[in-house]
Amino acid sequence: MLAGIQFGIIGLQHYLVLAALLFVCGLATILVKRNAIGILMGVELVLNAANVNLVAFNRFAHGGGAGPALKLDGQVFAIFVIVLAAAEAAVALAIFLNFYNNFSTIDVERAQNLRG
Amino acid sequence: MPILAQQSLSQPTLFQQLVFGEDPGLLVTFIYSFILCATVFAGLVSLVAMFCIWWERKVAGHMQSRIGPNRVGPFGLLQSLADGVKLLLKEDLAPDAADHFLFRLAPYLAFAPAFAAFLALPFGPDLTFEPRLNVGLFWILAILAVEVMGVILAGWASNNKWAIYGAMREACQMVSYEIPLGISIIVGVMSAGTLNMVQLGHLQGGGLHTWLIYRNPFVFAAFFVYFIASLASNKRAPFDLPESESELVAGFHTEYSGLRWSFFFFAEYGAMFVVGGIQAALFLGAWHDPFGLIGAAYWKLMLPENYNVAALFALNCIAAAIFCSKALLIIFIQMWLRWTLPRPRIDQVLYACVKVLLPLACVLLLGGALWQWLIPERPGIPWKDYNPFNFVQWAEAGFTAALVIQILLMLIGLAGFVATISWIAYAAASGRNLKQRLTEPAPIDEPSEGEVVAT
Amino acid sequence: MSFSVLAQSDISDAANTATAVLFYLFAIMAGGSAICVAVSRNIVRTAVALLFTLTGVAGLYFLLNAEFLAAVQLVVYAGGTLILIIFGVMLTSKSPFSRFEAKLGEVVIAMSLACVLLFALVMGIVRTTFATDEFPTGNYPIDRLGQVLLGDYLVPFEVVSVLLLAVMIGAAYLAKGRRREGEEGAARSGSLSRQAREWS
Repeated sequence: MLAGIQFGIIGLQHYLVLAALLFVCGLATILVKRNAIGILMGVELVLNAANVNLVAFNRFAHGGGAGPALKLDGQVFAIFVIVLAAAEAAVALAIFLNFYNNFSTIDVERAQNLRG
Repeated sequence: MPILAQQSLSQPTLFQQLVFGEDPGLLVTFIYSFILCATVFAGLVSLVAMFCIWWERKVAGHMQSRIGPNRVGPFGLLQSLADGVKLLLKEDLAPDAADHFLFRLAPYLAFAPAFAAFLALPFGPDLTFEPRLNVGLFWILAILAVEVMGVILAGWASNNKWAIYGAMREACQMVSYEIPLGISIIVGVMSAGTLNMVQLGHLQGGGLHTWLIYRNPFVFAAFFVYFIASLASNKRAPFDLPESESELVAGFHTEYSGLRWSFFFFAEYGAMFVVGGIQAALFLGAWHDPFGLIGAAYWKLMLPENYNVAALFALNCIAAAIFCSKALLIIFIQMWLRWTLPRPRIDQVLYACVKVLLPLACVLLLGGALWQWLIPERPGIPWKDYNPFNFVQWAEAGFTAALVIQILLMLIGLAGFVATISWIAYAAASGRNLKQRLTEPAPIDEPSEGEVVAT
Repeated sequence: MSFSVLAQSDISDAANTATAVLFYLFAIMAGGSAICVAVSRNIVRTAVALLFTLTGVAGLYFLLNAEFLAAVQLVVYAGGTLILIIFGVMLTSKSPFSRFEAKLGEVVIAMSLACVLLFALVMGIVRTTFATDEFPTGNYPIDRLGQVLLGDYLVPFEVVSVLLLAVMIGAAYLAKGRRREGEEGAARSGSLSRQAREWS
């Protein structure tokens, strides 16, 4: 199964496999946790997996020249992702705190007031 | 803004050359780095921390008309070592209701970042552990930001209300003060044009007037903003809310004892040295003396015909001594403030950050950027690219305005420094008389000359 | 440690070995603690595991010649976002070690789904041949990153700053609303002081 991968020489695929693992862990966290903050942590994991992919592709397949022509699109994308993740966490936590004030819990199963 | 020619990546550092010859293999480099990290750095951090703890007690003693530790070793220098042995022998307690795993993990989480931050500190032109780290300054900031996790976890895992209050305060304070800290550093970095600590050092090699603090008025002001913010982010008094003894027992480390407790102290004093080191490296000319002698000697030695490893090594040692004394001077000011100022409330601390320091830092950032645009500073490395004391050359190159500003600021800074030093000297001199009066042993035990001793 | 040296594409066995050792170190750190995040039931321990994941990923960024990004990861994620999350945990858990158990059926479904997805992704990655080209040797181009951010990506950069401003105002608004509500209805166990009393 892993015949295509050389273990000694670290290449793009190693990083991609690790990112896949992070992504799947994040997804499992989102599915399993009932604590809203736990779900937020799962989302952070997923975003990190995406970031690892972006930076790894930028390193191994950047498609640009050296020096002033060097392409850093992957890293710039990753920076934007990190910034947005921080913003998302701030807003999500504010929402969770409000939710907690109204329901005295952050169990997401309780958030069903809008269900008909 | 000067974008410096970057150091060649494959060039090994001076000490790698010394130990392994011209071109060590990469695996050798790796193993060497690991061993250096494990021995020299662990030793250095502990030494710095132990010295600072002794010094803090000495300073506190003298400020309160006491003597401080004076029994163990000369001047009580080995007191910290004795304390360390004592702490090693103490029982390692963990409260029953604590989360044991996190409780044990937290001290290491607090200590490891302070340790890792030494990685990029420039002790000398070739004495930096990783001189090729191009984001050195940012790396130190980032790794110090992780330190707060250990403190918060310690407070949380103790399951003690004082500890949790301490942890919450630390979280608030640290997260808020990171912002003015970072912005004030950016003001300095903007003027230098590099984040690499070694190149920051090289940039300031041409005597007092080329130090970054004197580059423009905004960097001068940013120096003080940085100092205040670094006090707060290091939870040093007057911002020691997370462990304020008078209200929270001991704050986040209430439940800790023995070696784990001492890890928090190692972390604190290590971090003090690191922020002092950043301040010395970014604003106060890193390892350079005020007259630019070291910079001149270094670049003379770097010429191929003069290259001499022994002389370079000696130069590095002197440079390291100068750098350490600058960092220790800043630590002394931190201690001075600690034993002088009262502690504000947490809302006052946050007010000072969000409503005073943060707007001030933003104004400085804007002003620093505009200043660079209006009055360009002289790019390049002193002694290598230009002679910093050849003022005619400055004028010819069109940097007269920058030179005048730098020299003016230098005079202001010098005046402030001399005033501070004479103040301290005066206080020490007058304090000595007072202390002699207070601590002179009254002749109780010894019978006076003419008195008859009852038998 | 000399990460930047190890990451350059100078093909020699020693370099490869060192890179491989470091990669597996950081990968095990990141991946292992990511699994801990998924399986841990204690929310604070989950946060600690997330800290190790983020640190491991920062180490991987070093190996990928992205030093600036590694520092950003540490300062924004580990030093900012994660502290915010832990702050949220502290404010919202009644007892210090709160647990919400998921139902067993949910866990089984989620885990089997995750395993299938992981298998599919890994197979996909291994069987694909990616076009690669060598990253130019030399120093990490931090000045280049700044030029890219304020050149090609100037518009996104500005949009992100506006978004951050909006987020700041929004979060402040939400927090302010909470305080007012807490003052009105203390019976709802809302305010921070009530929370503090519950801890003590």
